[in-house]
Amino acid sequence: MNKSFVRPKSLVDVSTHYCPGCGHGIAHRLVAEVVDELDIREKVIGVTPIGCAVVAYDYWDFDCSEAAHGRALAVATAIKRVRPENIVFTYQGDGDLAAIGTNETIHAANRGENLTVVFINNAIYGMTGGQMAPTTLLKQKTATTPLGREIKYHGYPLKISEMLAVLQGVKYIERVSLQSPQAVLNAKKALKHAFENQINNVGFSLVEILSPCPTYWGMSPRQAMDWVRDVMSKEFPVGRIK
Amino acid sequence: MAKVVINKEKCKGCLLCVSFCPKALFIVEEKLNSKGVKPVKLKEINDCVGCGQCAVICPECCIEIYE
Repeated sequence: MNKSFVRPKSLVDVSTHYCPGCGHGIAHRLVAEVVDELDIREKVIGVTPIGCAVVAYDYWDFDCSEAAHGRALAVATAIKRVRPENIVFTYQGDGDLAAIGTNETIHAANRGENLTVVFINNAIYGMTGGQMAPTTLLKQKTATTPLGREIKYHGYPLKISEMLAVLQGVKYIERVSLQSPQAVLNAKKALKHAFENQINNVGFSLVEILSPCPTYWGMSPRQAMDWVRDVMSKEFPVGRIK
Repeated sequence: MAKVVINKEKCKGCLLCVSFCPKALFIVEEKLNSKGVKPVKLKEINDCVGCGQCAVICPECCIEIYE
């Protein structure tokens, strides 16, 4: 029998620590599939964040480095400059890339570093217990906004992809989601394009992935997928931004 | 007909495959796995066409499809 869908070789055959229905597992698999398809497993270096995906290096069968909270793009810049022949990418969540690491993110993008960024946006802090993130939607209830996020106290959701799109150093930004199998396949296409950009020396590429967090959204995995489709993608429209 | 292989030990019972299968071929098994969750299984009699939507949406990558 022919294999029509099998586990990618770059994904270690272990059980992940993620909650049932978490989008990180899907995003990890997509990165592994793209690495396999582009045949760059021997020269890719991933930089993992602080957050739920902190031990992503345990799940990928290629070289990885860990970075201090929010500093993944600074570490990736150093790796890419010292080893320009390697393909370097960062995998960061919204707390890492859009909160504590905003400084590093903006400056790495503005310098136009030839890097690939995988940005997981789940509108909440997962690892620390479901607190409000900069990307939390208005009226969304979290551990630190029990009555819902209010403009008066907490401001608006931070749209980091639109912010970065105005910078001249940025070459490619696309927002995708994991709300359905079709959307997952589109997300893979965007990721592949972002990695190809780096191989072709195009420049800074970022893919923002709207990812479900059923545990801290207080929903079932399927409800979380539908919430991404019906609510979250209204605030963060899916599509190519730059 | 396509053959679906499910790694029942890895399944966390999120049931995304159950809700996304266009032919509703997945059911929940009664027996617990070592994680303490009821994993999914395919119905005994099924007409799976191997569209792969279950495998694409599975966060644990525990579904493999052979044709």
